[in-house]
Amino acid sequence: MSTTTPAPTTVTLTLREALKQSLRDALHRDERVFLMGEDIGAYGGCFAVTMGLLDEFGPERIRDTPLSEVAIVGTAIGAAMNGMRPIAEIMTCNFSLLALDQVINNAATLLHMSGGQFNVPVVIRTTAGAGKQLAAQHSHSFEPIFAHIPGIRVLSIATHEDARAVLWQALEDPDPVVLFEYPRIMTMEAEVPVEPTPVDLDSAAIRRAGSDVTLITYGAIQHTVLEAAAALAEDGIDAEVIDLRSLRPLDDATVLGSVARTHRAVVIEEPWRTLGVGAEVAARVTEQAFYDLDAPVARIGSAEVPMPYAKHLEDAAQPQVPAVVAAVHRVMHRG
Amino acid sequence: MTERTSHTTELTASPDVSREHGVHLLREMLRIRRFEERCVELYSAAKIRGFLHLYIGEEAVATGVMATLEPDDAVVSTYREHGHAIAKGIGMGPIMAEMFGKVDGVARGRGGSMHLFDAATRFYGGNAIVAGGIPLAVGIALADRMQGRDRVTVCFFGEGAVDEGAFHESINLASLWDAPVLFACENNRYSMGMALERAEAQTDLALKAAGYAVPAWHVDGMDVLAVEEGTRRAITAIRAGGGPAFIEYETYRFRAHSMYDPDLYRDPKEVEAWKQRDPIPALIETLQKLGHLDDAEVAALEAEVDAEVDAAVAFAEDSPLEPVEDLHRFVTSEVAP
Repeated sequence: MSTTTPAPTTVTLTLREALKQSLRDALHRDERVFLMGEDIGAYGGCFAVTMGLLDEFGPERIRDTPLSEVAIVGTAIGAAMNGMRPIAEIMTCNFSLLALDQVINNAATLLHMSGGQFNVPVVIRTTAGAGKQLAAQHSHSFEPIFAHIPGIRVLSIATHEDARAVLWQALEDPDPVVLFEYPRIMTMEAEVPVEPTPVDLDSAAIRRAGSDVTLITYGAIQHTVLEAAAALAEDGIDAEVIDLRSLRPLDDATVLGSVARTHRAVVIEEPWRTLGVGAEVAARVTEQAFYDLDAPVARIGSAEVPMPYAKHLEDAAQPQVPAVVAAVHRVMHRG
Repeated sequence: MTERTSHTTELTASPDVSREHGVHLLREMLRIRRFEERCVELYSAAKIRGFLHLYIGEEAVATGVMATLEPDDAVVSTYREHGHAIAKGIGMGPIMAEMFGKVDGVARGRGGSMHLFDAATRFYGGNAIVAGGIPLAVGIALADRMQGRDRVTVCFFGEGAVDEGAFHESINLASLWDAPVLFACENNRYSMGMALERAEAQTDLALKAAGYAVPAWHVDGMDVLAVEEGTRRAITAIRAGGGPAFIEYETYRFRAHSMYDPDLYRDPKEVEAWKQRDPIPALIETLQKLGHLDDAEVAALEAEVDAEVDAAVAFAEDSPLEPVEDLHRFVTSEVAP
């Protein structure tokens, strides 16, 4: 009688592979799903997320498009209105501005403007964030622009577990979903369950439990914030780190529940601070939990400049660990 | 990808039309004309507000195009879409109620004149971003093709939309992917006040489509029989799997751009000259020459249409407003489809 090793229940994946697995699941689960975007097929995807999918699923379902952001997003919206489940990819959110008319004036608007007749179950994947020295037209973070708009759901996906599950879950939404991914962390590895496990994309996730201060963040910068939390622990400050994950709708309950315990909050985001998601979160905390607070809510964002190319300037423009640590010390009255 | 030859053929109408079909076309054009004329009165009476873009003068295009479609073919339209909506088969009552901002309107009063929608007749809306509906039409058509359905999507837009990048991106993609779309360009010669010659360095619009390997034709948009014949030829080819086609319908709006427009940019003589080509009297003359119609029958048709418009106005008047409590409904879906 031979012994067999039990099948592993977890696997180590890069973030890129986790996203690809999620796309593959979506394509297998529902024959209405197809992908369209620039260089997603023969090239394998600008950030290699879709590498291999053309061979696996063929050109009808993995559709390389011309450099036509308006047509990519608009065609995906039309196909979604007529029974398909398209996933449109826009290489970077800087390019997504070319398609913003279709996102706002059509995807986000048609259901309401048609009196409930035409829903738009489209998923638009794009990327955000600096850190690869790509300068000001490839490095920006426009999550707040999209999160401003009623009628679309905005997700920010920067962990392996979320990436592994996000696409087929997003495709179950009958309404448009804009999904932000982060090139800077695509090669990060982590262990995830072999079988995709549903995640609660409607809720913010507590990435690190703590009792002294709440650090509210989203996107790739949360990994910087987690580093800062580790540094703070050495100073004897126990920080809770919340990944908002859903930027529209925002999960107030998780944030307010944490602030009620810690009485202090710092919001850290990669977009510019002015009129950002952090401003909204700070306002909501102030409106709903003012008397829980022992200090004003602090906010950190990128320097209010177009993102520069030179490494030292790019680093200086982005929130870094020391800035997060310093902000926490200030709200702890230790700064 | 298929090789395609381009055409810029002038189509001349054949006067052969059966009595029944000729009367149908006349009725449809009259329905649009009288509906639009009533809208002018109701706008003056402040029953209709916002922008109001009238289709008067262009009725032959919507009427001739719709005569070639199957009921489950789709239409994507613009903010000048009352004629398209009526000809597609949406009831005049719900259209009028929409303009009154009432809950029985085709979009519960959320859209108004520029945004008529009807899922039942596959009318995907008046889109008021110039060229904003064109990529939608490509996607709707692509979805039909990918799902193996034998349907065509007609995308109406004005010649001003050809100025926009969305047109060029979309027609190229439709051509690459063989999307079953008819690009129906209603060239009424002015985008608001901007004359075509001042907006486009190349004013032969069919040539632009030909540049994307899309077969393209010019059609006299003031002659409903020419519209129908040219469109039928294109629709037949599209439905047979030939990929998209483009038709430039040469037409003219007899009224200003909208009710706000003092129409300072057109020579009244030019407007008068186009009115001499009014498609409605032209069809009446053709039908009378063929012995299909006498004056009494025209009068009876007019009376029938007037009664329909009266009933639509009464329907709109009687409809309630959407309750304010419903303001937030349909920002997101209430049930998964």
